[in-house]
Amino acid sequence: MTPAGQAVLALLEGVVSGLVLALTALGLSLVFGVMRVVNIAHGDFFMLGAVFAWYVTTATGSFPLALLAAPLAAAAVALAADRLVLRPIGYAPEPTIVATIGLLYVLQQAVLSVYGPYARPVPEPVAFRVDLPWFGYSGYKLVVAAAATALLGAAWLLITRTRLGLYMRATQQDREIAQAFGVPVQRIYAAAFGLGAALAALAGVLIVPIRQAHYLMGLDALLLSFMAVIIGGIGSLGGTLAAALFIGLVDGALSVFFSPTLARIAASLVVVAVLVARSGGLLEVRG
Amino acid sequence: MAERKITRREALRAAGALAGASVLTTFGVRLLSASVPNDTVEAAAGPRAPLRIGFQVHRTGIGAVYGRWYERVGNAALRLINEQGGIAGRPVQIIVEDDGTDPKRGVEVVEKFVNQHRVDFIFGTLFSHVVIAAAPRAGELKVPYLVVSEGYHVASGKLNRYVFQPGITDVRAQVTAVAPWIVKNLGKRATLIFPDYAFGHDHRDFFSARLRALGGEVAALVPIPPTETSFTRYFARVPRNTDFIYHVMVGPGVLTFVKELGEHFGARKPKLFGFIDSLEGVDIATPGLEYLEGSFLWEAFPRYAGNVKTAFEQQYRDRVGVDANGASKADPKDVSTYSHMFGVWETLFVIKRAVEESGYASRTPADYRKFITTLEGFTSFPESLQHPQGPKRFNGKLHQVFGHQFISQVRNKRLVVVHRTAIEDGLYPPEGDYTKMPL
Repeated sequence: MTPAGQAVLALLEGVVSGLVLALTALGLSLVFGVMRVVNIAHGDFFMLGAVFAWYVTTATGSFPLALLAAPLAAAAVALAADRLVLRPIGYAPEPTIVATIGLLYVLQQAVLSVYGPYARPVPEPVAFRVDLPWFGYSGYKLVVAAAATALLGAAWLLITRTRLGLYMRATQQDREIAQAFGVPVQRIYAAAFGLGAALAALAGVLIVPIRQAHYLMGLDALLLSFMAVIIGGIGSLGGTLAAALFIGLVDGALSVFFSPTLARIAASLVVVAVLVARSGGLLEVRG
Repeated sequence: MAERKITRREALRAAGALAGASVLTTFGVRLLSASVPNDTVEAAAGPRAPLRIGFQVHRTGIGAVYGRWYERVGNAALRLINEQGGIAGRPVQIIVEDDGTDPKRGVEVVEKFVNQHRVDFIFGTLFSHVVIAAAPRAGELKVPYLVVSEGYHVASGKLNRYVFQPGITDVRAQVTAVAPWIVKNLGKRATLIFPDYAFGHDHRDFFSARLRALGGEVAALVPIPPTETSFTRYFARVPRNTDFIYHVMVGPGVLTFVKELGEHFGARKPKLFGFIDSLEGVDIATPGLEYLEGSFLWEAFPRYAGNVKTAFEQQYRDRVGVDANGASKADPKDVSTYSHMFGVWETLFVIKRAVEESGYASRTPADYRKFITTLEGFTSFPESLQHPQGPKRFNGKLHQVFGHQFISQVRNKRLVVVHRTAIEDGLYPPEGDYTKMPL
């Protein structure tokens, strides 16, 4: 393949994976920003989205229905986890880490028991092949990129333009003062946790026709989301978006021209560099 | 809430309980460790006491699809053995432990089998990284450890005297056996796509060497990290002038792999030769696998009925609950790992034969010596209900079995056998000799 062809492949792969990662990482960033909870089980909401999508499409054959139902189901699981696990331990930082690790195993093993160890496919809702001069490319991946952009836009509007978004941002800035001003903090916490899970699940639904639903698929999503959140600045939504795209593009370029392992090493090194040099993230505004 | 104070009496009671427990534990451990080499204690269990076999299974983790079927086949073989009067007249028990397809856990499972379950033998595990981690511990604990892994690690001579692979042919022999057919029918320039760890490296090394020896060449090597989920980016490295792609994958990514292969190459399709390892547990008729139509796959044991016409094959298929398409009789969507799981069945019957011919009675060093030297003395296993995959040759120095291999073509979303290799096709110059190692 010519270098031009490789560059196009790198760009396409980078943008698609970056946008899907942005969707997943946004949820993680939101949960941390609003609730100060490091949600280790975040990747498994991504997995739940994919698994629920398999169930819905197998039962009804409708992908749009899966796109609607799977995030709602994942959000319902998240709300239950918030009510039954996180709230009773008072959202204390260390116990929540341990609790969400536990949640991760509970979700994984529950899916293993019910759904099984198999990687099951979901047919693409729109299947076409884009024939480029150098290689062919999945048309559905381009659809995923467009859908992820639209969903990110919607999430952005929700956070910046709605009352719920205002409450979330207020809680993120200062929980006590927000409460003093009448923000129902407890409910905002639940909403943030549910929304975070729904965003991850949405990414899972979009990705499942490409990658199949498998009970261990959440680990990779979790790892990359953490990288995006750390590079972008913990709790900074704009930073998370930028970092996710950055990781996607670097990953695409390095893995096409060199090796995917090198790309992962490079991303990890950036995380280390950010932690050492700018612990608030790349987009941190210093006073 | 007021904090509850702990009274002195409670503290004393707790301390006493702790001390008592620790004394008991020490005593217990002493008893355990003393009993292992002690012939009389073990023999007191009596000749009619059940033979206990530890079954190390990938119930969870990346190998769970294989593990699920290994367990079903193990249980089916156990039922048959017990129906036929057990082993040496003793009933047989299988104790299952999940190793999570995790090397560290694999070591712990071996220890648990020996120290806690006190099994006579351990068998069953598959993934090469788990085998390579756990085998040395089995050697230290001096317990026979029979794997169904197909990696070359046993036959390489690099493990130890307690590790055997009597149920499934190793990768090196598989690759050696199928290479001449590939060169003759698919071409000489190959691009190898393989997982980047021991099992994949066996494919890389032995297929490359064999290809060169047959006058072919490797156009490119494309290692893929085992956790990879997307493959498009790797296809940029497949040279245009490659005659065929040789692919072997494990884990859940295979559907993505095939689909992306189709999207990437489209009509400029290279010829494909793959290993069924990628598609174990996956229905060949799954949407997205159409691109494999016409391509070739290695099989150790043909998944679709009618490709091997022996009564034993059908009996075995019925016994393990698999239908004519290689799926569970209870659920046609639950596709088996047909090309590997027969190894579990055959290994259990090898254990049976070795116990009966050696006169093994209990977990004593003397009996283990008898068991191992008897097993090392085996040279062949005839085709039978005990060995339904076909006749096999056993090399006691390598602790490795050699059998026939199959090459199948995907036709109408099914696999049809086009070639069966001879056992001799897979033989290679041995690199090790376990019989020279101390027992």
